[in-house]
Amino acid sequence: MSAFIELKDVSFAYELDETQRVPVLRHFNLSVEKGDFVAVLGHNGCGKSTVAKLCNAIEVPQSGTVLVNGMDTKEEENLLEIRRTVDMVFQNPDNQIVATIVEDDVAFGPENLGVEPQEIRRRVDQALKDVGMYDLRFSEPHKLSGGQKQRVAIAGIIAMQPACIVLDEPTAMLDPRGRKDVMKTVRMLNRDFGITVIYITHYMDEAAEANRVVVMHKGDILLDGTPRDVFQQDDVLKKAGLDVPQATELSLQLRRAGAPLSGKILTIDELSLQLEALLPRSAGRVES
Amino acid sequence: MNDTPILRTENLTYIYQKGTSSEVAALQDVSVEIRQGELVGVIGHTGSGKSTLIEHFNALKKGTAGRVLLDGNDIWADKSKIRAVRFRVGVCFQYPEYQLFEETVAKDIAFGPRNMGLPQDEIDRRVKEALTNVGLSEDYAEKSPFDLSGGEKRRVAIAGIMAMEPQVLVLDEPCAGLDPRGRATVLQMIADYRQKTGCTVLLVTHSMEEVAAIADRILVMNQSRVAFFDTVDNVFAHAEELQTMGLDIPQMTQLMLSLREKGYDVPVNLYTVQQVYDTIFARWKGGVHGAQ
Repeated sequence: MSAFIELKDVSFAYELDETQRVPVLRHFNLSVEKGDFVAVLGHNGCGKSTVAKLCNAIEVPQSGTVLVNGMDTKEEENLLEIRRTVDMVFQNPDNQIVATIVEDDVAFGPENLGVEPQEIRRRVDQALKDVGMYDLRFSEPHKLSGGQKQRVAIAGIIAMQPACIVLDEPTAMLDPRGRKDVMKTVRMLNRDFGITVIYITHYMDEAAEANRVVVMHKGDILLDGTPRDVFQQDDVLKKAGLDVPQATELSLQLRRAGAPLSGKILTIDELSLQLEALLPRSAGRVES
Repeated sequence: MNDTPILRTENLTYIYQKGTSSEVAALQDVSVEIRQGELVGVIGHTGSGKSTLIEHFNALKKGTAGRVLLDGNDIWADKSKIRAVRFRVGVCFQYPEYQLFEETVAKDIAFGPRNMGLPQDEIDRRVKEALTNVGLSEDYAEKSPFDLSGGEKRRVAIAGIMAMEPQVLVLDEPCAGLDPRGRATVLQMIADYRQKTGCTVLLVTHSMEEVAAIADRILVMNQSRVAFFDTVDNVFAHAEELQTMGLDIPQMTQLMLSLREKGYDVPVNLYTVQQVYDTIFARWKGGVHGAQ
């Protein structure tokens, strides 16, 4: 594996007006390997979304360098290729859908890339099948649920065959099933298609499904590692306004009280197994 | 609690594009009673009718059939009083911070009370009070809302509704898009406000953990109808039905259910990490030290 996206010594500030600037990132470094699934956590305003926008040249750094597959995002002539390489999915599905029929919406991206019509047809059908929306290909997007709309938006991106997808809180507006479906789709894209995924979220359980978790705080990286390792640091995360998955939190509390739980627990199923070993079958009942 | 429900719907039905070939029922035969002073969580899949129902509570929509009663009176009985209904039932929509527009936080919060025609000193009092309610110091009053963080903007927007001192406060996903601390702060703020004012609160959310932790009763909407309207315990006892509806049960409840399946005699009506910790700890210690 080699670094696919690299932010090197990046500083970035938003300019409110000529005199006022809000610094977001200062000498920030992040390197994402090809084919990785990286979740990015952090409080509102920590710079997560700025990092996302730097990855496909929506923003360029004021100092430092962002390289996408070796291409500098500051170089104008790289722009088209960078946008073909890295695509984005945003929070609100309603802001990303442009057509009045689902399959037209999915075709919008590849059409703009100048893909041959027959190839567009093939890609659109395949992309809709991949996200489980093929049966609804003739529907009007506004009649779909939030989770379905988000999957249409993702299909539109798959049809462009990018090497990397950056998702900025794609499930923030979705109901529980919509969240699960989107998460399942994203995992599939990473696992089966080898697409590099950068996944920004406020949901700790979603981050727990990534290969790597990067925790940002005030424009810096606070923690970086596997979800299993990162979520053991509940005190650090809570101080940063974040949290850990509930299964992890409960396991940590029990362990601090002396309970012999083994391993670094992330999910309800793992915790349930450990509790089975901890609790006597007859607990709570009077034994004779 | 007084006996007359503060809000009641009778067979409320709302059909989009009625009379055309593309009729869609957003609400069908919804009859619910919201009691004075209770905190009702409203859950349901996207498109289940939650938001349409809320829009009926403060007369932004008028049912194609059925009635909405506020304090026992049909809100549409006298159309000249509709404005008053909107002051009595305050609705804070999703992402309300997009609707902030004034130069200062104080002016933005004052917008509602000013529209109510209140005298200036009363407006000032309410702005001050609302800032306190959402946990922002007086220093914020003269700031521009656009200089605040996402979570602070959200709180200013909610303060704007609180400043109208509605009898019923309706919040549509007040925590969406906030980080964990922001979510916890807003939820605590809602619980405190309700405690302090006795206001009736309706909270729409997609988080089963949040609704379980804060609500007295839960209204579950499914495909434009009421699926359940019951206590937290009774609603979350329907795990399978909720999952079929695209919803879920709180994670800690899932844990307890899985222990049940393994043959443990544990309660399943537990929703927070603390509750489950206490239970597990007691069982474990009880087991270690022998039967009691």
